[in-house]
Amino acid sequence: MLSTTWRNKEGKQRRSKVPVVLVCALGLVVVSTLLSLAFGSRAVTWEELMSGLSLSGADSYAASVVQERIPRTVFSLCCGAALGISGALMQAVTRNPLADPSILGVNTGAALFVVFGMAFLGINSQSQYIWLALVGATLTALFVYGIGSLGRAGATPLKLVLAGAATSAALSSIVSAIILPRTNVMDQFRFWQVGSVGSGSWQSIMIFLPFLVVGIVIAIMAASSLNALALGDEVASGQGVRIGVLRLIAAFAGVILCGAATALAGPIGFIGLLSTHLVRLLLGPDLRLIIPFSAMTGAIILTVSDVSGRLLGSPGELEVGVVTAFVGAPILIMLAVRMKVRSL
Amino acid sequence: MMNSTIGRIRNERRKRFTRRAAVTSALFLLVLMLCTAMLMLGNTIYPVQDVVRVLLGEEIAGMMFAIETIRLPRMLAGLLAGIAFGIAGNTFQTMLRNPLANPDILGITAGSTVAALVCILLLQTSRATVSVSAIIAGLVTVVVIYFLSRGNGFSIGRLVLVGIGIQAILSATILYLLMIGAQEDLPNAMRWMSGSLNGVQLHQLVPLAISMIVCIPLLVFTGRHLLMLELGESAALSLGVQTDRTRIVLIVASVIMLALATAVTGPIAFVAFLSGPIAKRLMGEGSPSIIGSGLVGATLVLGADLLGQFAFDVRYPVGVITGMMGAPFLLYLLIRMNRRGNL
Repeated sequence: MLSTTWRNKEGKQRRSKVPVVLVCALGLVVVSTLLSLAFGSRAVTWEELMSGLSLSGADSYAASVVQERIPRTVFSLCCGAALGISGALMQAVTRNPLADPSILGVNTGAALFVVFGMAFLGINSQSQYIWLALVGATLTALFVYGIGSLGRAGATPLKLVLAGAATSAALSSIVSAIILPRTNVMDQFRFWQVGSVGSGSWQSIMIFLPFLVVGIVIAIMAASSLNALALGDEVASGQGVRIGVLRLIAAFAGVILCGAATALAGPIGFIGLLSTHLVRLLLGPDLRLIIPFSAMTGAIILTVSDVSGRLLGSPGELEVGVVTAFVGAPILIMLAVRMKVRSL
Repeated sequence: MMNSTIGRIRNERRKRFTRRAAVTSALFLLVLMLCTAMLMLGNTIYPVQDVVRVLLGEEIAGMMFAIETIRLPRMLAGLLAGIAFGIAGNTFQTMLRNPLANPDILGITAGSTVAALVCILLLQTSRATVSVSAIIAGLVTVVVIYFLSRGNGFSIGRLVLVGIGIQAILSATILYLLMIGAQEDLPNAMRWMSGSLNGVQLHQLVPLAISMIVCIPLLVFTGRHLLMLELGESAALSLGVQTDRTRIVLIVASVIMLALATAVTGPIAFVAFLSGPIAKRLMGEGSPSIIGSGLVGATLVLGADLLGQFAFDVRYPVGVITGMMGAPFLLYLLIRMNRRGNL
């Protein structure tokens, strides 16, 4: 496997930044976790928070509030990590800076299959959604990539994004045709459709965990080969990388990560896009760094977005899917504005 | 030699003219038939002669209400909105020389939708305010997209990407509005959002009709320049077109029609996107297709509404039907453009 050597100065500088960024990222993970435990319709004080976390003082009201928030927080950290890695993998596989599950329409594919299950198969448990969502996400990803890579120049960012947007539009009109006449499904779907981590429970975390682990393991193992892929197909195969297999495996990991997250939390967009670009800006293009750091950044962004949604929407809450769209879409626009015409 | 060339050109031109005239009149007839069908069909089916008599002012018990209060407004709304969506979409597509650059994908329709939803759900304003704010929001969206996509040199790709980003923000706003909206307003808002001709009243159509009477002649007149704009900026300039002024007129006129139509029927998916390419295909490349795409738009909306009302056991709003019809076409178009490499 290829090990990228860092000869140039810039590379060295970035290398030396890694410990600092790592400490910051871990610190932020802790901070966002505490924020997520502390804030909500009812904010708890520091002492209450601590007593809720320590097993001894679990009998006060505030402590039980904190404990109720634990699964939600863990769930949002997991989802954020999954979406972050998924975005990094998709960007690497498609060699496309704009790839993100929501932009490529993968979320809508998962949504369609879930709705289909709700309406025609009478499915209403999370452990069953997840398989449907995975099938939907996989098929949509293949379809979008297939359409986007037709033609001479291959899968350019613009072509992929357009294929994703068009597929999304197509699938969502099928979704509305299915749900409009069925009020019970509409009710169920309305809450799922706006991505939210509010439904996170220990049970959903347990369902999610196997997918998360498999995805992370594949991502870490594939990282250094994906680095070679970034240099171009010819270089990569010259380095002894089996491109077809690598692409397939990495894309599979990306799809199960975002498909599982979507099945449980509903479509949450832009996390992968945001976290991967942020990490690349700080640490450069080495995927062996991008993948773990994207996971942390994704977890931070999603959790902080969830907390701000709870604060902004108080006394109810603003679903996190809405918050991430407001934060992430400007980044998409900014990237589009800064791109050179030719690289579109 | 010379003469034969000129003759051939003349011949070709005549052929094209005949084709255009034939297609236009065929479309016109089709729209007329669909309009009649909209008036005749319903829970009870009325014969044509009775429909005509009611329209001419004769009072026939029982039919008056069904036709004048329910079916006529519905038919007119479909007709006007279809024409407006079709023409506005075609203008954008021709001006930007790309079928994908239509108001739906660029997020202009979504801009108007957000404004209208704010008025309906939060402020409970009058119909007039809804229309005005829909227009303003549409224009603001255009301006924002235009300025954002200018950086680093204008390219259609950047424009579309920026549009998709704007679209994402606007749809998040729509979701948010639907969530905080009062429970009793929601069904109304949901139906309106998927594009529906249900419950339209005649007086709501007045602003749309007026705007169309003003804007369509303007567009047809400026449309001659539109064809030259299609050749590209520098070519149009050298042919003596004042490109900036033409563009502004075209954009403002189309956005006004688009926003007013959206305020009445909600965003009917894909009509603005489909009409232009279909009209071009029917008329042959290079013909002015403004009227044609308006007629195609009306055909799509009326036909889809008839299908939605009567073809299934459930009544679907028109937007769902056009969405289902339009989506495969959008994908097909994308595949073809990718194959040819002209994206």
